[in-house]
Amino acid sequence: MTVDMLDKNGIAKRIAKEVQDGYYVNLGIGIPTLVANYVRDDIEVEFQSENGVLGMGPFPFEGEEDADIINAGKQTITTLPGASFFDSAMSFAMIRGQHVDLTILGAMEVSENGDIANWKIPGKMVKGMGGAMDLVASAENIIVAMMHTNRAGESKLLKNCSLPLTGVGCVKKIVTNMAVIEVTPKGFKLLERAPGVSIEDIKKCNRGRADY
Amino acid sequence: MINKKVDNISEALKGVSDNMTFMFGGFGLSGIPENAIADLVKRNIKGLTCISNNAGVDDFGLGLLLHQKQIKKMVSSYVGENDEFERQMLSGELDVELIPQGTLAERCRAAQAGFPAIYTPAGYGTEVAEGKETREFDGKMYVLEHAFKADFAFVKAWKGDAAGNLIFKGTARNFNPVMCGAAKITVAEVEELVPVGELDPNQIHVPGIFVQRIFKGETYEKRIEQLTVRQKS
Repeated sequence: MTVDMLDKNGIAKRIAKEVQDGYYVNLGIGIPTLVANYVRDDIEVEFQSENGVLGMGPFPFEGEEDADIINAGKQTITTLPGASFFDSAMSFAMIRGQHVDLTILGAMEVSENGDIANWKIPGKMVKGMGGAMDLVASAENIIVAMMHTNRAGESKLLKNCSLPLTGVGCVKKIVTNMAVIEVTPKGFKLLERAPGVSIEDIKKCNRGRADY
Repeated sequence: MINKKVDNISEALKGVSDNMTFMFGGFGLSGIPENAIADLVKRNIKGLTCISNNAGVDDFGLGLLLHQKQIKKMVSSYVGENDEFERQMLSGELDVELIPQGTLAERCRAAQAGFPAIYTPAGYGTEVAEGKETREFDGKMYVLEHAFKADFAFVKAWKGDAAGNLIFKGTARNFNPVMCGAAKITVAEVEELVPVGELDPNQIHVPGIFVQRIFKGETYEKRIEQLTVRQKS
């Protein structure tokens, strides 16, 4: 049976609905970066990049790139009117001090109590956590953007994370290609299904406690 | 005015030797002290511990020191984009301490500002906190992280003067300001060394008191790691 699931842009589009007027938002690498493309243009939002810029704009036009103006993914960017630059300590003061309203990041695994793993696969991939541990330890409002299952078709929503953790009990909401799920004291709660995805499809893919 | 200007790079790096601990400013390849790194490559000193957010790429930045096996230990938050790094780490030749990016910044700042340690929520409940003291404040758990101790901090600024005052450009600022004064000796290299009095005191990012030596970098490649552009419609 084929299920009509969302693609990466579909996930980003859905998450963009969570972005509200007046929000300062930190976007992680991957799907979260795409969210900026879908934020309503009748609201005011500023994007923070933890390497030291607030008020990030779109990518530069060819020939206008500047090696001194990049985002946390090391991509060349531009700034919008009202933007500011700052050092790394001040950047994480914004994050740790809860001045950033919304954090959107990717994950390899999320557990039913809101633990997240996204920085290390022992023996296979050890690139480091970058700013992810600071972000998840401090943010009040964290949305995880990810595919519902891994390449082997196994659920990334679990009872307990199997990979080394990035943070504990911090994720509140997960938007996948199949569903929007809230993390509650009782486990995962299904808020929405992607078009064409049934509750049965989602149940087959979940490993944690879930309330449908 | 206390003069911090040194005449050449050899004088700027005077005193570096094997088995020292160095801090390097920069995020990715943006704002890295290119000239200091090039000189360290020439000197070929070994057994270094390097505190730097990233480890460069295979043929640029700290990747050049890795290539010559000058580094014994890296303290970083993110080390992707570097095959030689990964090879040395997996083979056990290179010791690697991965720490959260905000913790890295704050351990530098603590050293700069005279704090022996700081409490941060980052990493609590993860392997980063293993073996470290933890403490509860207002119902939330925090990890005790110690200030770094380093012999030299190598930073790069856009403009500076002989008093050691520094101004950075764009996101090339990153870790550079928090490393100034966080080591026994801070060596600043700048793209433009301007006459004293030319920089507006209102616009100084790092006051000269945190800098012991300053010099004008000979050349800057300023390599872009991920060139990303949009098309004109």
